[in-house]
Amino acid sequence: MAYLDLANLEKSFGPTRVVRDFTLAVGKGEFVSLLGPSGCGKTTVLRMVAGFEAPTAGSIRIDGQPVTDLPPNRRQIGMVFQAYALFPNLTVAENVAFGLKVQGVARAEREARVTEMLRLIGLPDLGGRYPFQLSGGQQQRVALARALAPRPRVLLLDEPLSALDAKVRVSLRSEIRAIQRDLGITTIFVTHDQEEAMSISDRIVVMNGGIAEQVGAPFQIYNRPATRFVAQFVGTLNTLAARLLDPGQGTVAVGDAVLSLDRPLERPAGSTVTLALRPEALRLGHVPGHDAVLPARIAEVEFLGSVIRVRAEVGGNMLSLDTFNRADAPPPAPGSLVQLSAAGRDFILLDD
Amino acid sequence: MIRSTRLWSWIAFALGAAYFLLPLAGMFEFSLRARRGEYSFQAYRNVLGDPQFLATFGYSVLMAGFTIVLGVLIVAPTAFWVRLKLPGLRPVIEFVTLLPLVIPPIVIVFGYIRLYNTSSWLPLTGSALGTDFLLMCGYATLSLPYMYRAVDTGLRTIDIRTLTEAAQSLGAGWITILGRLILPNVFVAVMSGAFLTFAIVIGEYVFAALLNRPAFGPYMVWMGSNKAYEPAALAVIAFSVTWACMALIQLATRFQKFTKASC
Repeated sequence: MAYLDLANLEKSFGPTRVVRDFTLAVGKGEFVSLLGPSGCGKTTVLRMVAGFEAPTAGSIRIDGQPVTDLPPNRRQIGMVFQAYALFPNLTVAENVAFGLKVQGVARAEREARVTEMLRLIGLPDLGGRYPFQLSGGQQQRVALARALAPRPRVLLLDEPLSALDAKVRVSLRSEIRAIQRDLGITTIFVTHDQEEAMSISDRIVVMNGGIAEQVGAPFQIYNRPATRFVAQFVGTLNTLAARLLDPGQGTVAVGDAVLSLDRPLERPAGSTVTLALRPEALRLGHVPGHDAVLPARIAEVEFLGSVIRVRAEVGGNMLSLDTFNRADAPPPAPGSLVQLSAAGRDFILLDD
Repeated sequence: MIRSTRLWSWIAFALGAAYFLLPLAGMFEFSLRARRGEYSFQAYRNVLGDPQFLATFGYSVLMAGFTIVLGVLIVAPTAFWVRLKLPGLRPVIEFVTLLPLVIPPIVIVFGYIRLYNTSSWLPLTGSALGTDFLLMCGYATLSLPYMYRAVDTGLRTIDIRTLTEAAQSLGAGWITILGRLILPNVFVAVMSGAFLTFAIVIGEYVFAALLNRPAFGPYMVWMGSNKAYEPAALAVIAFSVTWACMALIQLATRFQKFTKASC
């Protein structure tokens, strides 16, 4: 049985339906990310779990107990906000102790827990400082410690890294994941950053227009997107218009080139289909094992250090591909004619 | 170029200062002339030695204290709730809080007397304590526009929605949120509202005179119509009290540990 169970959640603001029939079962200790563009309803789902928004329909259970009608202060949920939301009038230690004090935890136990939490987030000596005396990364660590101190049943993270600079973001996300694993706390993480979601989640829920388009492990979401939206939202994607020649053999024509997708396709012969291909699935030149070969003209070459990003035109489609930089193999010149190859199984057939 | 701009700034400042300070200096100079042919603080000695001054001033200070508490208790939760949950109601609340500036105090006090006289359902004017309560309510009404704006401006400077939600997720109820988080964070704003209230209560005449309470306002008017130099001395004292209040606001801001001002 799921530890956090969201069943058929709906939320409307006036005539606008922000969340539609959202169902998700989160296991105990699992780290699930809600990923989607702005306005997709991910934060609204999180706020409904926290109790800040009442669902129009549906139910929320934590450990089997219905919490849909409980006020936020009785749900035992820890939350970390994008804007840190540290209490400016309290020191770091007082911030961390706030939830424990509200619970009526004895002073000695409270102080021990605060020390433990500050050590956990790597700021054991900053207990006496005020929030304005900390950097953004430090403030968000304190916010995490404050949320974790009262031992919540579920931890909610509402874009906690968005306000930080790139370097801090990367290091803090690893720390958050390590602490979450350490404590085994069930966590929901809201983000619009796909790299962030893929790097730290057990499972990702890709949301669009208030619905969950796909729920799955990062590997599955990236490599086997269930819908066109997921395919296009997660990672970079090349799309190609193709004509289906033989549905049973999975043979299609892209311009003058005939490719085999290595699997049967359930579309009528002669129909136009949209294929998608990740940049890293495309190779420059004909590589053994990559039997789908496409003649291309190099349009643009971007040197990014360890990686070279090439844009090439294939039968009216513009494709991107990434290759590793090698000192003994200079990148192709723009305008040159080359061959690109890919494995048939790497092509993703997008729904219409 | 920069030097001439700075010169003009100083000239403008000097003109402004002269416009405001010269009448004060004149009044101060006049207050020192109680003794013929010499400057002295005789008028101040007369005022400060008058037992009625101490009684009325003490009464008004006490009433100001109670009025500030009542004002904060009414305004802080209202402004907080409107900002948090009912932002659409803000124009209505702002309009209501402006009404005391439009409705003359005499109308309010006659309303009070009519509603709460000794033959009414709630005869508050029948006892000194009841009348004091009415007076306090009247003062709170008069100071509403200033107190509300001060607190509302303070609330604007903090993200009350996120702070409230953060506190709620940690298990805090409304009283804890207001008392331990919101009020301390708008302390300076509450203090400026409180000092404005103090200044209003100290100088208020109509309410105190018509409710027949021994406040400082009626005493100043009585003094003005019966003495020559003492009213000027009293005005200087009143100004000093107001300026002391403003200095206290500045001090309150400076000594707040959790703002950058203390660095």
